[in-house]
Amino acid sequence: MAKKRLLEAINKINFDGEKAFIPYIMAGDGGLNSLKTKLLYLQDLGATAIEVGIPFSDPVADGPTIQSAGERSLANGTTLRLIMKEIESFYEVVKVPLVLMTYYNPILSYGLKKFAVDCERIGISGLIVPDLPIEESDTLRMELASTDVALVPLVSLTSPAERIAKIIASGEGFIYAVTVNGITGVRDGFDEQLKQHFVSLKEKSPIPVLAGFGISTPEQVVNIGALADGVIVGSAIVDAFHQNDLSKIQALIQASKKKVLN
Amino acid sequence: MVNLRDESRAGRYGRFGGQYVPETLMKALNELELAYNNAINDPTFKEEVDYYLKDYVGRETPLYYAERLTKELGGAKIYLKREDLNHTGAHKINNTIGQAVLAKRMGKKKIVAETGAGQHGVATATVCALFDMECVVFMGKEDIRRQELNIFRMELLGAKVVSVDQGSGTLKDAVNEALRYWVSNVEDTHYILGSALGPHPFPQIVRDFQRVIGVETRQQILEREGKLPDAVVACVGGGSNAIGMFHPFLEDEAVALFGVEAGGSGITTGLHAAAVASAKEGVLHGAFMYILQDDDGYIQEAHSISAGLDYPAIGPEHSYLHDIGRVKYTSVTDLEALEGVKLLSKKEGIIPALESAHAIHYAVRLAKEMSPEQILVICLSGRGDKDVQTVRDALGGEQ
Ligand SMILES: Cc1ncc(COP(=O)(O)O)c(C=O)c1O
Repeated sequence: MAKKRLLEAINKINFDGEKAFIPYIMAGDGGLNSLKTKLLYLQDLGATAIEVGIPFSDPVADGPTIQSAGERSLANGTTLRLIMKEIESFYEVVKVPLVLMTYYNPILSYGLKKFAVDCERIGISGLIVPDLPIEESDTLRMELASTDVALVPLVSLTSPAERIAKIIASGEGFIYAVTVNGITGVRDGFDEQLKQHFVSLKEKSPIPVLAGFGISTPEQVVNIGALADGVIVGSAIVDAFHQNDLSKIQALIQASKKKVLN
Repeated sequence: MVNLRDESRAGRYGRFGGQYVPETLMKALNELELAYNNAINDPTFKEEVDYYLKDYVGRETPLYYAERLTKELGGAKIYLKREDLNHTGAHKINNTIGQAVLAKRMGKKKIVAETGAGQHGVATATVCALFDMECVVFMGKEDIRRQELNIFRMELLGAKVVSVDQGSGTLKDAVNEALRYWVSNVEDTHYILGSALGPHPFPQIVRDFQRVIGVETRQQILEREGKLPDAVVACVGGGSNAIGMFHPFLEDEAVALFGVEAGGSGITTGLHAAAVASAKEGVLHGAFMYILQDDDGYIQEAHSISAGLDYPAIGPEHSYLHDIGRVKYTSVTDLEALEGVKLLSKKEGIIPALESAHAIHYAVRLAKEMSPEQILVICLSGRGDKDVQTVRDALGGEQ
């Protein structure tokens, strides 16, 4: 089945001359009962989609901010099962596409087949599994085949051209382009080759290319956004929710709303 | 007969193994695999590794007939493979020498490593001094507390030791942090993983560099006894000394192989590091294998008196060897391991590492059930100097 929901949401916003903006939040940080409120808040601010992080005991792809958020969430007793139940309880009122970001082991433990079925039932639009490179993704991909849940692949600055071609060919929803060699987190500088990297990715990819990892300020949203079809902001959003500093979140989303000439 | 070498896809041992890592690392893993395959086909690579193993590490290590221990137990004839006599006091250096020579070939001058007991950290810091490489070692804060002197050793050797406070502050968290560091510094840094774990090609590389243990043992016992041993016992943390010892014997079906995991306070207490006993499989640190985890797929803390066995999983090749029944995996508790330390110290004048003491205790049980014509080999993976404080605290003055 062609994966449509996520792709169409991003295409629509790009068609309107805006960049896609996907905030990341850690489910269960601040209590699982705050999840719905946060999702609706971000939806009302105009998020294109929302990435919902599933906490894990061993988050190797995450930097200190998201690690800490995950630890707080785990300390609250959050599990993937509880998150799925919670989303099921309100999914009809959340219109913005939800993308789950989870490490592989929690979904292996949940059962891949059951996970695919449940994601489809509660309206999940995409999955990002940071420790599942294309070589290992066939099993999950097959379970998702009959759903509208896109398996969003990551490309890194280190991915050689022939890998990038393979990743793009299997890509669903959008291509998640990692903008730094490293883990999630806040950063100042960006690689100079970044621009060339995005030009080449956008040339090759039939689906939108979004930039993520290390994007934390409105200026970066504008600058990196200009290279890509949109941005994903994680640590800065997680931090702002944790500090209860909602103005930061508004500024970040606003930055993506500046009309751009394509 | 079962297929002992099911590597139908590179990096897979039956269902186990694989490369479950962030995309950023895939290029480095592929390059490492290529460089490694290239190296093992180059005779000068093996020559260089062998040179350092002989003149620097002190190989080959003796296969020592433990006569007093044998008489005391009245069962099988017991031999000890003396990996404790290696430079730095454990088998870990077999692997770090090999990987450092490989890193040198790859033109990488920076090394990152994790360590649990500190043995692998010391062995890594040692080869970095030897080859003039920059060295960063991640170590859990709990382990730093348990193995204080090893931090000083690593620093004396010129390494930077970074304390890991996240999670349980033990070996698994140190691996997470080392992987994160590698993701961020992948262009100029090689990761020397310390056990038969992690994404492909690490389990294979570590096993190949540790195989020297089993290759020597096989030859030594044939020279000495004119036949192969009836049983071989090794302790299993991630599984590097055990796979190195077992691998050359896999096709000798008459040789029974026993891997001993840390039973901690006892399997029924839940406070242990026996991943096979827990019978749950999953993905951690890049590989599919047996792992201690809860029903939600969260990795559980391992518990053992020995920091080197305090890892919540058993490497992918061991997971496979368990599945096909070629190796029998069992466990020994903290208290039993302490008995093993006392016994070998008193009977043979050898203070073993707490890790190795797990193998000793199980071998004692096994030897008693065997006949004097039979031969049992124990892999004495390391010496106990690093553990005397822990052992003294645990025994509380009693000897
Ligand atoms: C002396 C000794 N034996 C055994 C181990 C366990 O590791 P592995 O299972 O990789 O041999 C360690 C780990 O630090 C060790 O120091």
